[in-house]
Amino acid sequence: MGSRASRLLREEEIEEIKKETGFSHSQITRLYSRFTSLDKGENGTLSREDFQRIPELAINPLGDRIINAFFPEGEDQVNFRGFMRTLAHFRPIEDNEKNKNPSATEPLNSRTNKLLFAFRLYDLDRDDKISRDELLQVLRMMVGVNISDEQLGSIADRTIQEADTNGDSCISFNEFIKASFVVNIHICTVVWFPFLS
Amino acid sequence: MDDFWAGALWSLKIWLYLIIILIMIPSMFGFSLGISEIYMTILVKTLEVLTHVIFMSLIGLIQRENGSMEKELEELRRSRPKPPVGGDFTLSDCFYFTRQGIESIVDDEVTQRFTSEELMSWNLLTRTNNDFQYISLKLTLVYGLGIIVRYCILAPLRITLTIIGVSWLVIGTSAVGLLPNWRIKFWLSELVHVMCYRICARGLSATIRYHNRENKPQKGGICVANHTSPIDIVILCTDGCYAMVGQVHGGLMGIIQRAMVRSCPHVWFERSEMKDRHLVTKRLKDHVNDKKKLPILIFPEGTCINNTSVMMFKKGSFEIGTTIYPVAIKYDPKFGDAFWNSSKHSMVSYLLRMMTSWALVCNVWYMPAMHQQEGEDAVQFANRVKSAIAHQGGLVDLQWDGGLKRAKVKETFKEQQQKKYSNMVVRDDSSSNSD
Repeated sequence: MGSRASRLLREEEIEEIKKETGFSHSQITRLYSRFTSLDKGENGTLSREDFQRIPELAINPLGDRIINAFFPEGEDQVNFRGFMRTLAHFRPIEDNEKNKNPSATEPLNSRTNKLLFAFRLYDLDRDDKISRDELLQVLRMMVGVNISDEQLGSIADRTIQEADTNGDSCISFNEFIKASFVVNIHICTVVWFPFLS
Repeated sequence: MDDFWAGALWSLKIWLYLIIILIMIPSMFGFSLGISEIYMTILVKTLEVLTHVIFMSLIGLIQRENGSMEKELEELRRSRPKPPVGGDFTLSDCFYFTRQGIESIVDDEVTQRFTSEELMSWNLLTRTNNDFQYISLKLTLVYGLGIIVRYCILAPLRITLTIIGVSWLVIGTSAVGLLPNWRIKFWLSELVHVMCYRICARGLSATIRYHNRENKPQKGGICVANHTSPIDIVILCTDGCYAMVGQVHGGLMGIIQRAMVRSCPHVWFERSEMKDRHLVTKRLKDHVNDKKKLPILIFPEGTCINNTSVMMFKKGSFEIGTTIYPVAIKYDPKFGDAFWNSSKHSMVSYLLRMMTSWALVCNVWYMPAMHQQEGEDAVQFANRVKSAIAHQGGLVDLQWDGGLKRAKVKETFKEQQQKKYSNMVVRDDSSSNSD
């Protein structure tokens, strides 16, 4: 038959993903379609090469860091659940989302979790601190060869100086939140997630 | 037992006579008995009644808002005070790149061009049924009837026609090739070519509408068109004779190529010769300068795209300096998907899929000739032609290279983005300290 979905998504799985991520039914099926079209090996998981095949992502200066965010520590494959979990960070924030269960964990697309995603982009060794070295490395990714080492170093120093409040020359997550100055968190949102009526 | 074989032979003969009289001969001479038109009308009516929806393509429904890098970064930095020295960087700058990256993971402009176009509603072909589940008994019955019609009636008919068409092509061109170079040879060669392609086109149930035939390519020019599948060649050659350009193949393709070249000159390259761009350009130039030779047919994209867009045109054909005749080809996806996904299907399985679709309907627009203008280099000229073709065919005009189907994207694009971002970080440092 040559169908694109090597296996169909079961209803229970769709419900589980819906609960965990907040995506709608049709969004999930549409994104599953996208997942399978990226999965060239047709084994139900994506590798880093599968992501690299997207030209617009390959030319993104932070492309490698973004791809890395999909893969849990030490793993080379991501399944559909993990894929959706990461994408869920970019759903728009619903301020009037009624919290059915007061003790439920924060939704993946909350403001804090969006900032955590960005924090982890900088935190290369995942030790919950952004050191000067890590900041420099990420800066270097973004600017390429166009800025000298000295200048980049001074930019990094200034950034850390401004953000660091406890004097350990590293930026922790709380310091990061305060330093981000992001008034319009919608920048960290993909509002046009595909939908079918 | 004998009776059975006699009966089988007799029905086979009737079958062949019917094909020859009703289909082959009319198509060879270019007129139609109207059978296929009736078939098409019935088909469209049935599909529309059953599915109650007007066919729409999913492409273009998703609109991405693309602010420029400058605008979005300004927005991000709005609330923070500008530092006096040291460059304008904020930790939240990464959000811009992150969002671009995630957007391209969800949907990007390029990878979708290398798989078949998705339709908004089902056209009762198994292969386009990805997300649709069981809907109604009536629909399933018609779908089953459709399978019987397509596989048991239409497919054998088309396969027979194609075999006749291809063998006639090989025999006919070889026969014409034996003649000495009189004027009648060229006329006969064109006749044989066109007739055989017409039979092959019938073999695919192709209904082709030609527009603006007064702009048809002339001798000594180059015809360029967007590429969706090898069938493009059949489509164009039913209406005129072209010289082909391509690699020498082995097997059946090789036999066809060698036969064709006997009756009129085509330009076939060995695989090793294709790497040498100067050699290729020279041979093409020699061909167009000989005014007696047929116009060359080239597909500048270099690979098959899924007919929703036109990708980058390689500049090689535009450097030759002759008249370019652009042609736009657009297939109607209602009746069957014409795109050849070469990583998914071999040529044979692709042809079989074509023969078991409903039909092949396409529009061909001949566009006015274009020349390279003063001060325009080959790349700009190629882009201009590409935009014209995209506009005419209702396709999306992309700058991306079709070669991205197989190859990695060039690093220079990333470097461009990095440079742009760097300018935003240090732009106010032009007069102050920067070493």
